[in-house]
Formats: sequence, structure tokens, C-alpha cells
Amino acid sequence: MATKTELLMDVGKVREDFPILKRTVHGKPLVYLDSAATSQKPRQVIDAVSDFFSRYNANVHRAIYELGEEATREYEGAREKVAGFIHARSPNEVAFTKSTTESLNAIAYGWGLKGKLREGDEIVSTVMEHHSNHVPWFFVQDLKGVKLKWVGMTDDGLLKMEDYDTMITKRTKVVTVTQCSNVLGTINPVQEIAKRAHEAGAICVVDAAQSVPHMPVDVQKIGCDFLAFSGHKMLGPTGIGVLYGTEERLNEMEPLMGGGEMVREVHLGSAKWNDIPFKFEGGTPNMAGAIGLGVAVDYLDGIGMDRVRRHEKELTKYALEALSDVKGFHGFGLDDVERRGGVISFTLGDVHPHDIASILDVEGIAIRSGHHCAQPLMERLNVPATARASFYVYNTPEEVDRLAAGLRKVLDVFA
Amino acid sequence: MADLKALYQEVILDHSKNPRNFHSLPDADRTAVGRNPLCGDQFTVYLRMDGDTIVDIGFEGQGCAISKSSASMMTQAVKGKTGVEAEGLFDRFHELVTGKPAEPEALGKLAVFSGVSEFPIRVKCASLAWHTLKAALEAKGAISME
Repeated sequence: MATKTELLMDVGKVREDFPILKRTVHGKPLVYLDSAATSQKPRQVIDAVSDFFSRYNANVHRAIYELGEEATREYEGAREKVAGFIHARSPNEVAFTKSTTESLNAIAYGWGLKGKLREGDEIVSTVMEHHSNHVPWFFVQDLKGVKLKWVGMTDDGLLKMEDYDTMITKRTKVVTVTQCSNVLGTINPVQEIAKRAHEAGAICVVDAAQSVPHMPVDVQKIGCDFLAFSGHKMLGPTGIGVLYGTEERLNEMEPLMGGGEMVREVHLGSAKWNDIPFKFEGGTPNMAGAIGLGVAVDYLDGIGMDRVRRHEKELTKYALEALSDVKGFHGFGLDDVERRGGVISFTLGDVHPHDIASILDVEGIAIRSGHHCAQPLMERLNVPATARASFYVYNTPEEVDRLAAGLRKVLDVFA
Repeated sequence: MADLKALYQEVILDHSKNPRNFHSLPDADRTAVGRNPLCGDQFTVYLRMDGDTIVDIGFEGQGCAISKSSASMMTQAVKGKTGVEAEGLFDRFHELVTGKPAEPEALGKLAVFSGVSEFPIRVKCASLAWHTLKAALEAKGAISME
């Protein structure tokens, strides 16, 4: 078994920063194991959001007075931080959206539907995607007559890379893939996939909702054309997401939303778009959200993403061992923590995941149950639902022990 | 504190492990499918009617212990009842699981589900089969609980 001293981070100190972790649930200390759904927020992020509204709330890029300048400076500063965090070439390659979902919809609509895709073109996706990287492409399929193909998966939870050999053809225009599965934790070889896409003249779109929060991500190293992620899964506020695209792709792309800010000039019946990234930010943006995300990036940088990743690897390894001792525990996905993130989907004998989650809740333990917005993957795994525990910087081996004890309690109830 | 023992009563666990009337009816004249898209639970309810009376009832599908046992006990409770009586029973049942039981004595064995009221998230589980029954009686083919 992994010993508890192997952790390389001072998790106790990290936990001090998260006010919510001090609360109890049903009389027990909260064990929060649902960060793949949304992460908790450190005091620094909460304060930054509160500070914006308390001290310098004004509309960005419009107000000709001190408050507006401060707000614009902080908002654009957040963009620079995010760009640096993912190693974008320039902040112009980072547009703020409300979520990964909006970013992916914006790409499917703006680059695909209104932009470059024509009837008969093909999109290569995978069976492992979250609904948010399936459904926007269904729109394109239905409205444009574009054909969708899905790369399969091995029983271990790896993408069948050989499928790309046959599925990518000269008709392929988009190859889209999740960097890290929200169900299995599988980390996909996005760099290799982007290379294959480019060899065929297609673009590569990466859903990074589960990767950017948990591991170092370098968009230039991946070589992808677009990448999408959310702030709320990486210690930031809700309602703020990121659309990364290379300058070339963003310039090719039409905006999803028309309105203020995204235009350079408007006449009755016509308009010219603003420069990137502003042409994708129609309407007053989520200023507090962006600023809070910038502080979340600072917080993660302060720990170091290499250490975040190592911490989660150690914890996942420890959990896979501790949980496999629980009778009836069946984990999905790879055993090798080098190739998976801190997400463990599982079943427990024939106890339904809902019942597992309800009983754990009474023990103060928050996990997810259901299909995790990945029904095609559930069908591939041939299960209606799974329970899922997911880890982040603030989780500890002691919490894994409480999960294991909680699962034994579930078995007692159903004995 | 929410009481797990009140939720997972012996009778409920028994029905979830050994559901009664857990089969299709080849000669059903009404069926409906009920889904809870949030958790993937899904049940099909089959009815054989004689006029307004439920002569036979069966169900198939998958779900958590609460939804499955509720479906099982529902089939026992409504067999031989008229559609109107069954819907009346559903109203009483819904009052029970939402913590507002007006006539708990009318529920008989179904009263074991009173513990659900302490777990508001599970009300949908307990009532999925009942909504599906109602849809079948009203000749609606499918319902979805968001």
C-alpha cells in the first residue's frame, strides 16, 4: 500500500485556504470528492470576486473613468495569466466564455457551421467524450450534412489509436478529443492526435475541462487548433470558461454571439467584427469571474502544476489500492496512474450508484453518481450508471480511508 | 441527521433485491416508459385493463433500490384497483414521500417509504414508477423526470 507520507504537498496548508472544507455535513466533517464536477474555491478567489464588486466594479473596455480602467486592467490581466498558464503564444488567443460547453459550441458553430465545414465533410470524435463535446457537433451534423465518426475504446479505457488510421480521411476536417476522460480519468495522447489531424489537413479541437485544472498543459506542445476549459473546475468561479484558439483559427471563426463589444462598427443592417479575442465576447463579460479565474491561476501556479499532478497521482494510486480491498469494488479505467487523472468511477457489487451516493452523503462524503454526462461511454461500458470519486489539491489519504469505510457501510446496509 | 435506517427499511431492501411482478405482460394493453435522465434509471410499466380496472401489472427496467422497490410495491398495491383509485393512491404516496402525509393510513404497506421525505433528492426515485403508471393510464407512451 502507498504510505501516507509520500504526498509531496503540504495539503494541510492548502486546506486552510478553503473555507468550505471546515464545514460538516450530517454532523460529519465534509469529505469532498466531486471536484471533477466542480472544484471548491480558496479564500483568495472568493476575496478577489468580492473585492471586484466592493472596490472597482465598472464595465470593462467602455468606462472612461478610474474604476473602469482598474476593472479593464484586472480583466485583461486575467487573460494574460490564463494565456501564460496554458502557454498560448499571446493573450489574443484566449477568449472568455461562460464554460467549456460554450467554448465548444462556439467552435462548432463559428468555425464549423458558419465557417469552414461543407456537406460531405467529416468529423472524427471519440466514444469517450462528455456530452458537451458530442452535442454541438450533432448540430453541425444535422444542419450541414457533415458526417461524424467515433474512435472506439479498449476494455481498459484507452482510445483505439488504430481507429484513427481508418477514420481520418481526406474528407476529415475536424478531429476532436477530450484530453482527460471525466469518467475514466484516461489521459489521451492529444499531441499525437493533433499531429495525425494536421497530416490529413484537419484541425484538432481539445476538450481540456478535466486536464487544465489537474496537470501542466501546453497548447503549443500539443499543437491543437482549439482548446476549451472551465474556470469552476480549477478553483475559479462559476460562469467563466476559456476558448483558446490559434490566431489563424480564431480569425477564420465567426462569432457565436452578436452584441456590444464584439463589433468595430455597426450600421443599420450590417456590422464589422472587432479583433480577436474581443469578437467572441459579445455583451458585458463575466468580469468578476475572469478576475477570480486569474487568481485561481495564480493559486495553482503557486503550488506548481507538476506538484498538483504528482499529488493526484499519489492519491489515485493510494485510492485504487485502498478501495480494491473493499468487497465488491469494481473500478473502471487504467491501473497505471501515469496514464490517468484523479478520477475513479466504480460500482460496488450490485448496489446502485445512487444508493451508494446517498449512504455516503450521510457519512459526510460527497461523490457523484449517474452517467456523468457521458451516456455513449456508459453504453460502451455496458453500465447504466457508475459512482465516481474525484480528487484535487485539497484531498488527503485520510479522506480516501473515509471513502473506503463509507463503502463498507454501504455494504452493511445492503447486507 | 438523516436516518438511513428509515430510508433503507428491510421491506424496501427485500423488494429491491427480489422485485415482485418484475416482468413484461405479453398481453398488455397499456405500457409506458419512465426515465430519470439524471441518473439513467428507466422502467417500463405494463398494464392489462378490464374497463377501468387494472387486472394485471408488470414492470421491467433498472434503477436504484428506492426506485425499484417502489415500483415493485406499487404493482402489488394497484393490482385490482381502478385507474382512478390508483391515481388517488399515487397522490397519497406523493404526500408521504414529500413529508406531507394527509391520509397515511390509506397507504398500507407503502407507508414504509415515509423515510424518503428526509432525503428530498430521492423523491424522484420513489415516484418514478408511479409517474410511469400514470402515463400508462393516460396512454402517454413515455415520461421523463428532469
